Amino acid sequence: MRTLIEELCSIYGPTGNEERVREAISRLLDGIVDSIQTDKFGNLVARKGPAAASPNGKRIMLAAHMDEIGVMVTHVDAQGFCRFTTLGGVLTNALIGSRVHFANGVEGAFGMEGSPLARERPTAQKLFLDVGASGKEDARVQVGDTAVFRSAFGAVGDRLFAPNLDDRIGCAILVQALRELESTPHEILAVFTVQEEVGARGATTAGYGLDPEVVLAIDVTATGDFPQATPMEVALGKGPAIKIMDRRMIAHPTVRRWLEDTAQNHDIPHQLEVLEFGSTDASAVQISRGGVPAGTISIPCRYIHTPSQVADYNDARNAVSLLVHLLGDDPPILADIGGQTLDPASIASADSNP
Amino acid sequence: MTDHARPPDSDLFSLLKELSETPGVSGQEQNIRAAVAAHLAPLVDELRVDTLGNLVALKKGKSPSVGRVMLAAHMDEIGLIITQLDGGFLRFATVGGVDLAALPAQEVTVHARENLPGLIASRPPHVLSREEREKPFTQEQLFIDVGLPAAELAETVAVGDFVSVRRSAERMAKGRATGKALDNRVSIVVLLDALRILQGRVHHWDICAAITVQEEIGLRGATTAAFDLAPDLGIALDVTFAEQPGATPEESLPLGSGPAIGLGPNLHPKLRTLLVDSAERNEIPYTDEVLPGHSGTDAWAMQVSQSGIPTALISVPVRNMHTPAETVALKDIERSARLLAETVCNLPNDRAALALDHEDSGHE
Amino acid sequence: MNELLERLSSARGVAGQEEEVRAILREQLASHVDEIAVDSIGNLIARKRGSPNSSGQRVLLAAHMDEVGGMVMRCNSDGTLKFRSVGGLDPRILPGKRVRIGAEALPGVIMRAPHAARAGGRVTPIADLLIDTGGASGIQPGDMITFESDCEQFGRLLKGKAFDDRVGCYILAQLLQEDFACELVGAFTVQEEIGLRGARVAAYAVEPDVAVALEGTVADDLPRQEDVSPTTELGKGPAISVMDRSAHADRRLVRILTETADARNIPFQIKQPGVGGTDVGAIHLARSGVPSVAVAVPCRYIHTPAALMDPADVENTIALMRHVLAGSLARPLEAAGSEK
Repeated sequence: MRTLIEELCSIYGPTGNEERVREAISRLLDGIVDSIQTDKFGNLVARKGPAAASPNGKRIMLAAHMDEIGVMVTHVDAQGFCRFTTLGGVLTNALIGSRVHFANGVEGAFGMEGSPLARERPTAQKLFLDVGASGKEDARVQVGDTAVFRSAFGAVGDRLFAPNLDDRIGCAILVQALRELESTPHEILAVFTVQEEVGARGATTAGYGLDPEVVLAIDVTATGDFPQATPMEVALGKGPAIKIMDRRMIAHPTVRRWLEDTAQNHDIPHQLEVLEFGSTDASAVQISRGGVPAGTISIPCRYIHTPSQVADYNDARNAVSLLVHLLGDDPPILADIGGQTLDPASIASADSNP
Repeated sequence: MTDHARPPDSDLFSLLKELSETPGVSGQEQNIRAAVAAHLAPLVDELRVDTLGNLVALKKGKSPSVGRVMLAAHMDEIGLIITQLDGGFLRFATVGGVDLAALPAQEVTVHARENLPGLIASRPPHVLSREEREKPFTQEQLFIDVGLPAAELAETVAVGDFVSVRRSAERMAKGRATGKALDNRVSIVVLLDALRILQGRVHHWDICAAITVQEEIGLRGATTAAFDLAPDLGIALDVTFAEQPGATPEESLPLGSGPAIGLGPNLHPKLRTLLVDSAERNEIPYTDEVLPGHSGTDAWAMQVSQSGIPTALISVPVRNMHTPAETVALKDIERSARLLAETVCNLPNDRAALALDHEDSGHE
Repeated sequence: MNELLERLSSARGVAGQEEEVRAILREQLASHVDEIAVDSIGNLIARKRGSPNSSGQRVLLAAHMDEVGGMVMRCNSDGTLKFRSVGGLDPRILPGKRVRIGAEALPGVIMRAPHAARAGGRVTPIADLLIDTGGASGIQPGDMITFESDCEQFGRLLKGKAFDDRVGCYILAQLLQEDFACELVGAFTVQEEIGLRGARVAAYAVEPDVAVALEGTVADDLPRQEDVSPTTELGKGPAISVMDRSAHADRRLVRILTETADARNIPFQIKQPGVGGTDVGAIHLARSGVPSVAVAVPCRYIHTPAALMDPADVENTIALMRHVLAGSLARPLEAAGSEK
């Protein structure tokens, strides 16, 4: 599976240009799911049906996003320098000194106006890209072209380094779980989504179109385990994090219990997560139509939205086990997840006769 | 037997007090939901909890084919959530728009394996430098202390446990009441009281009462409830800013000035006119709440659900919003309930009467 | 000067109070379309069924009727008004401007305290500005406030109020008076400036196969030292959005537009990515998604009392839309993901 993570991290796929990631995942899933199709928004939807009908079986959407943050060219000046806008929540203070590459292989280095000695915190307006051109005419990029951060995949022991673990590690986990899952009582809709980094747009339309009964996102989360980090309990290597809350979502209590119970029953290391910023595809699907019970399996990841992200391989492995058990077991816990009808008469009489 | 007479405001206060003191932080609404369900049950025909946890009740109208109106009041309150155990102390994040300035030294309840009383801890001013003292506390400088040693704390409290403000509701002079979570328990009292009034009245429209969840973190319950119910009309019930020293006069309303009827792009002009007519015909004092954009209420989500829902907003003025010292005038609650009940009875049998077309033809 | 464009520009309508614009469009279009109706939020939806042998492709064209302006919050006893913006107003351009208030279009002027003027260096926030009406009666909280500026010729350009997005309304009205093979739905939307609210419900109700938002957009082509993007430029043709803050355009639609423009010798420009947002932001996320793109007429000084635009850009936008509606837009798109 390490190879799988490395393979997916090596593919170019900024928000809005996910086609290469989609092709690769499509190939990887060939033969292990019942059907694969690309919807009109660009999401890749893989289906796997139940081996036999189960009364507890649900239509479960799993979402991992294919897109990664990057930049888009907004202007090429007479000297061939490119101005750009960001795709997703790029941290501009991480740009100086990093490099990008375009779909056609052209490299770009970030430059900043003014003397290096006088530099303040960079804003996107002060930065430009040097794409190796000597003038507008020989620049091999144009307005609207997109680029992603370039840095080689690396590993030290079980610690993995890449610019786009967010969320290729989630894609890899979902692919691997589908490979290892022998049978399931559920109808599984594994969705590799587009445009998550600009507001979970792919998940918004896929959630509506697929109308699932439960949704789980597989995405990275921040950690509190480095110097002066925002205080939070999540740390690398302690297992996948079961999300309780983030900026846009509070996990459904039954989904959360399903995740916690499964992890406990199978002795899978796990931790609980409260994230004060950011969110995932699950937040968009949760409010689709009449509402979808939602949860998220998070992979702890340091330095998210910078060109150097760090995660722990064991957390990914444990996330796969958790997913395989979640989807392979036949849990009665999900039976009543769509809400319940109450009897006003019995509540009223219980209330008046305490 | 139900007494349909108007309750003295002591009954309104005791209901408000019970609901105010029942915890229900966004995302963990089961206690407040059960409390509201108990009061709602005798007043409605059907009751259910939906996927996200909204409590949805149906009170059938006399002529159900006429239309269905959704009355929405959110049950959730702002609060805190545990992010980390730090020795014998707890770190937290906010759930919804908590006013950090009102937190230091406040007592809270940590809803852990059991409910633990606690308080918001901060370092004493005596040991801080002058510069440090002059700055407000940041979230990272505040902790929750429940008086348990680290080992015991770790056995009882987990990351993700919710925390609510611990504050009793109390009567004040001049028919006012103070407490926490009056945003939006005040509106639930309005809704319950309106349904009580309607027990003795004829209304043709079906009433869908939606006591929604997760309003404070992005109108999430109302978004899905409105989609699911697909009502013909919507009326949201919420609180708004009451006049107090330092509040901008154009964005606050006097306590005791009656229900505020929302006015602005979020609100349907014909439905608003119907509310105004109902108030005037029944001599219910009211004010206008001018909302040039986002109303910050469930009405914002309801209006654009599916192919659009004509939506109105009734607000009750509250002071010290989003602090444990929220204050309301009880007569505003009573008047809002009457306005809501009268409006429901006054809904037209022909839905076309509310169409914007009619207004256009007047201009042509 | 085109009479319809002039009427649309001069009509008054901030978000939630678009009746006057709606009435003009309805009157103009009633006899040219198969159906015309107003929905619950105030969108005017005009439908043309298309030719009987069409592919059944349903195309939504959207233009918003609302303009940026203000709302009266409170009437003070001295005849002044407190107000807030409805949509995005730059407080720096407000002091000293003439405005019209309420249904009666009563005149008023925006005042800034003299000491604020002397202090300099500080922008007076809208909450601290006042409107003086001289004590006019009949003004109430909730009344709309609009800018005042006549629509007229300025050199080779047109000057007027609310070209964002009355120029889009004008273009859409022109297209709806022509006949195309595809099923064409024109949505004149409300409340774009406060969050794309009308377009959201219109797209949900219409369920189109593809959508194009017609806009008046930012031109930032004043002289500058740096060699940076002018966002769009006057006179260089319709501006096509590939990506803005609200949406990534569907790339198949971008290609249809640019290839058609090339084939027909219609000038066009790619709008600076990352700037602004349009109704596409709501439309493309409706239900299970709608492939969408925005095409805009460049306008200098939008969101101020008076914008300038080039009539040639308006004509070229109409020409481009006419050709795509008669051509590729009337046929189903190739499958998503088949590009590249």
